[in-house]
Amino acid sequence: MSAALASAGHDHVGASGVDAWALVEGVALAAVAAAALLYGIALWASRRRSPWPVARSACWYAGLACVALAVGPVARAAHESFTAHMVGHLLLGMLAPLLLVLASPIALALRALPVEEARALTRVLRWPVVRWVAHPIVAGVLDAGGLWLLYSTELFAAMHGSAFVHALVHLHVLLAGWVFTASLVGPDPNPHRASLAMRASVLLAFIAAHSVLAKWLVAHPPAGVAPLDAQAGAQVMYYGGDAVDVALLVLLGWGWFTATRPRARPVAATT
Amino acid sequence: MTATAATPATAASTDRRLLASGLLFGAGIAASVVDLLVFHLLLQWHHFYDLGTHEAALVGDGIFHAVAWGMTVAGLFLLADAGRRAGIAWGRWWGAVLAGLGGFQLLDAGLLHKVLGLHQIRYGVDLLPYDLAWFGSAAVALVVGLVILWRTRRRA
Repeated sequence: MSAALASAGHDHVGASGVDAWALVEGVALAAVAAAALLYGIALWASRRRSPWPVARSACWYAGLACVALAVGPVARAAHESFTAHMVGHLLLGMLAPLLLVLASPIALALRALPVEEARALTRVLRWPVVRWVAHPIVAGVLDAGGLWLLYSTELFAAMHGSAFVHALVHLHVLLAGWVFTASLVGPDPNPHRASLAMRASVLLAFIAAHSVLAKWLVAHPPAGVAPLDAQAGAQVMYYGGDAVDVALLVLLGWGWFTATRPRARPVAATT
Repeated sequence: MTATAATPATAASTDRRLLASGLLFGAGIAASVVDLLVFHLLLQWHHFYDLGTHEAALVGDGIFHAVAWGMTVAGLFLLADAGRRAGIAWGRWWGAVLAGLGGFQLLDAGLLHKVLGLHQIRYGVDLLPYDLAWFGSAAVALVVGLVILWRTRRRA
């Protein structure tokens, strides 16, 4: 990364003497620890109910590990390297959301909460604004649109100059990726899930937008990113994005496959 | 077909699904895996990005890429669905895969390379032998696939 961005990035200690970057990292890691603890408490609270699949718990903790990696060591390396920035983007915006969705946190919360609180949670999930944001088109535009804004405007440079902007951008990347993934696939209850045709079309549009942006970045790297670094980062985005996108396509297909399972044929079964 | 007593109507729809599966998978694999593995990684004739690529070509490439993966995955799930309903006639499926692969390759070479001129097989060389090999292999795959489909057609 250029001297301009590096010097902006190293302008750490504010007037108050507090290192804003360390503060952001600390708050983010504390949030990850709280999420890990909450899932564990919910498992403990619902221990008398039917067994909870171990794979779901494993997905939750693997997803949180991705978040911790992205906001900790990878974010620090990203001050110097666009490729590292892109690895963090993949972890935070694509892989962690997929794993967190597969962990089915809403179903777990509904099991763990007392009836009244569980009802309150489902009421919140039925709010029009929640249903609106969780529609694949809206969530997809928030996710892919946010990335286009980040890389094609001054936002990328602003993000490296301010810990606060940096935190907001990364929070958006995680949340938009999470909501978009949840709008497409996952074991959590979703009474208003869009049709398969809608979800498949939006996912294909998202894959196209993501790969166009990755290649566009080679020719139009953000200010201060060296050409070779931009090329390596773009390839990480393109091929890493493909891996998660194909996993999403397979999960969509799997949902169709199980939902259209043919009914048992009584005549054939007796022969 | 398995022991399941299928009515003619369901047998026809199962056959259509098997054909759709093979065609989608063949076309999808031609567009995603063949291009990526053969031209980008193995031969290195294509590059991740060529400076000077037109923006429209970039957008077309992105849509192409997404649809290719979609077709590949959809083809495989339709195959699994055909398998659990009536068993898979593998010969017929492979015929459909070859037809899909060859048909897609012809479309790609004819429409995208020649008519629209979006990109070429290889750069900086005389294209004629490459085009002949590409069109020829596509036509062979398409014809072989169609012959297999004709020979394995359902007899009413």
